[in-house]
Amino acid sequence: MEIKLTVNGTVRSDEVEPRLLLVHYLRESLGLRAANVGCDTTSCGACTVLLDGESVKSCTVLAVQANGRSVTTAEGVTEADGSLGVVQTAFREQHGLQCGFCTPGMVMAASSLLAENPHPTEQEVREGLEGNFCRCTGYHNIVRAVLAAADKLSDGHADSAGGGAVAGGAARISA
Amino acid sequence: MSILGTRVLRIEDPGFLSTGAIYAEDVQDERLAGACYVHFVRSTVAHATIAGLDTSGALEAPGVLAVYTARDLADSGLSPRPPMMPNMNQAMKQPMLASDMVRYVGEPVAAVVTEEMYQGEDAIELVDIDYDILPAIATMHQALNGERGLVFADAGTNVVCTFGDPSASNPDLFRDCEVVASAVIQNQRVAPAPMESRSGAAAWGEDGRLNAWIPNQGAQGTKGSLVGMLGLKPDQVRIITPAVGGAFGAKFGADPEHAIICWIAKQLGRPTRWSETRMENLVGMPHGRAQEQKITIGGMRDGTVLAYRIEIIQDCGAYPKAGAFLPSLTILMAPGPYRIPRAEAWSTSVATNTTPVGAYRGAGRPEAAAAVDRAIDLFADAAGVDPAEVRRKNLLPKFTEPHKTAFGAVYDSGDYVTALEKALDAAGYDALLAEQARRRAAGETLQLGIGLSSYVEITGPGGEAGGPNENSTVEVHPDGTATILTGTSPHGQGHQTVWAMLASEELGIPIEKITVKWGDTDLIPKGGGTGGSRSLQLGGAAVQQASRELLDVARERAAATLEVSEADLAYDVDASAFTVKGDQDISVPLSSLAESERLFVYSVFTAPGPTFPFGTHVAVVDVDTDTGKVFLRRVVTVDDAGTVMNPLLAEGQRHGGIAQGAAQAFLEEVVYDDDGNPLTATFADYPFLSATEVPSFELVDMETPTSYNPLGAKGIGEAGSIGSTPAVQNAVIDAVSHLGVTHIDMPTSPQRVWRAIQAANSSKEA
Repeated sequence: MEIKLTVNGTVRSDEVEPRLLLVHYLRESLGLRAANVGCDTTSCGACTVLLDGESVKSCTVLAVQANGRSVTTAEGVTEADGSLGVVQTAFREQHGLQCGFCTPGMVMAASSLLAENPHPTEQEVREGLEGNFCRCTGYHNIVRAVLAAADKLSDGHADSAGGGAVAGGAARISA
Repeated sequence: MSILGTRVLRIEDPGFLSTGAIYAEDVQDERLAGACYVHFVRSTVAHATIAGLDTSGALEAPGVLAVYTARDLADSGLSPRPPMMPNMNQAMKQPMLASDMVRYVGEPVAAVVTEEMYQGEDAIELVDIDYDILPAIATMHQALNGERGLVFADAGTNVVCTFGDPSASNPDLFRDCEVVASAVIQNQRVAPAPMESRSGAAAWGEDGRLNAWIPNQGAQGTKGSLVGMLGLKPDQVRIITPAVGGAFGAKFGADPEHAIICWIAKQLGRPTRWSETRMENLVGMPHGRAQEQKITIGGMRDGTVLAYRIEIIQDCGAYPKAGAFLPSLTILMAPGPYRIPRAEAWSTSVATNTTPVGAYRGAGRPEAAAAVDRAIDLFADAAGVDPAEVRRKNLLPKFTEPHKTAFGAVYDSGDYVTALEKALDAAGYDALLAEQARRRAAGETLQLGIGLSSYVEITGPGGEAGGPNENSTVEVHPDGTATILTGTSPHGQGHQTVWAMLASEELGIPIEKITVKWGDTDLIPKGGGTGGSRSLQLGGAAVQQASRELLDVARERAAATLEVSEADLAYDVDASAFTVKGDQDISVPLSSLAESERLFVYSVFTAPGPTFPFGTHVAVVDVDTDTGKVFLRRVVTVDDAGTVMNPLLAEGQRHGGIAQGAAQAFLEEVVYDDDGNPLTATFADYPFLSATEVPSFELVDMETPTSYNPLGAKGIGEAGSIGSTPAVQNAVIDAVSHLGVTHIDMPTSPQRVWRAIQAANSSKEA
């Protein structure tokens, strides 16, 4: 089947097998390998990307379901100059990652969470990330990172050059 | 100012956060061009003879290049491998693909090779296996009593190996004890479940050498495993380690699947790739823990412990691996940090028709800590003495000279009572007790539980050569950059950052200009990898030592260059240059000394022995006495691992360990039914810890340096998971102890807690 979609701001069109999962389309067809496959039951969230600005688990979305829509992956939320976005920077500063396997999905889930709720409490962050598993961090520093990112974004950093991770990602999606 | 001991952000993070790290599945390499995909057909039954195996349907499926079975391996001269240690029953051999028998659900039976990834998933369904079902030996007790037969007929027994000698048991061990408490407790089977499942890629070069990309914890050990399984010469194999998405002890060495993809690449003359699904991972990757322990503890009414015994049964699963050996570590650490005058321990490791058991974060030591700290609480409950007071009374007093235990462990240094007091203070123990008393008096539904664990563990026990050593090469380049080669193998720990910090401290080269390399066996032929919390104290110490020795070499060159004696030179770390003492204007940069001849040093650091980190964890839970549900509210920990190089990363190690240990206490368990069918083979069924189930952790700092390495560092990778399991379990039991509950097995699920409360109620009524 022919699909046409926007991935990280770039329009793509491809012929795909109807059963091809979005995560495999991104990884194998487009070479965007930040999203990982961590399970087969939509439980772990390592494959999380944004679909029209909402976080989805791309192992449970068919590539054809993304037809006509916009996809944002972790590769797409860096700043224009390639440096890390606000959420990514917060993950680094708070040591919110160790082995890194859950990280791209976690960053996307966090970005989506903050877009919906810019001032979450710790409990809201934990609930918002419940569908994203991490085996290394005990979630402690991931939660710290999301709270720190929320602070930075609400301090107006999102309006600085290049846009914040969330605002920038969303802008590209709607473009 | 020294960079050591500061919260340096990780060098490795930017790539991880944007493009993602390059895991085995992500590797793009010209040597892997045109790779085909391997999928495994796995046994769907726990115990059976294979009456028929028909691959013809699969061979006709689209894209199928080949289907291999045990017969093909045998034709190639590959035979089943005996267990790794000589004291394990050598008849319990593991075939790389099951031949006449299957012994656990998930055992590989055939390998299907396809052009495209999805084709393999279709084709494995078309391999037809005819099983003659045998009774499954699903539990350790079935293995021991023999009622369901043998896992290995040739072995004549289900016992893999034993440690300790029950016949030497002291019949008077508990003589003179006023209080004796005993329980049979489960240290249940759990799944390591790193976020990255097992995978690999293999290609043979025209030079006849194998290049294998395998996620691992030590490429040199992985190479050794492959060489053994495939009957190759060591110089034929090169392991290249991609980023590794977590390991937790489960990615040491190589598994049969890894060997098979390498073998297939040779057979087909084409590169191969393999990535298992999570369902395969949960039945295929070795599990952890899986001990039943009978603990008996005795002492005086004032809370003094006099004697302790632990009798262990270890489930090895279907093929003896590291799991069979773990009880020896449990025995070594049996008395933990306590001064127990009389103690004894022994174990029996048995084979069952379940997934093999291997190392998992702590590997044998969490089992020891959980047992002795459960025993201390059982004793405290029986004696009617506060658990904190029992610990205070029985912990070994502070020592700075090595202390040898009755089980032969030599603890390097420890200050256990201080750790206990700091943790109790930080937790507000007295206030917690008051709140607990209030809720009990009020008969509230939500009861408060406080759990303690005072632990000591062993880290850095060995290297590839058996001793506690590790190597490093440090090289300075003419452009002012440096490269570190290390025999450790990070997979989340942050060695790139800390190894660079250690070299930077000595050489003055900024960490951004230092590259750390590991896991390529051509580049780094020796190394013990990362596990057993060994890396910093051995590998980090080797980086420091190599850096210092490099300065010695450089000083010689600098003296020749400047035509002065070495004694007249000083090294200016800030400038990264040698200067002449008393004449700062005459100097030579370190980097320029690498211009005419390479400037590098290979060095091996050897420690006098393993080190023994320690600490105390305090867990606070709410337990809903109507439903049995446990809410983990607080975990306060003191984890003393000696001198800390980077607090940010050390805290991260503690957080992760605390969470994993807590998860074992109240959530996670691998479950089999009576026929050996796994009931927890997906993340929908295995209760993997999520962010909502843990609180933020409260860490208290304490650093008691070890003298065993110049850094003063002990291991921190596993400590969190050792202390938190018993602390959380004890807290849950404490929450309902006033109702008459003395023990609840892990995981303390709502069902178990509710049943324990009901049983206590009905025994009171009776």
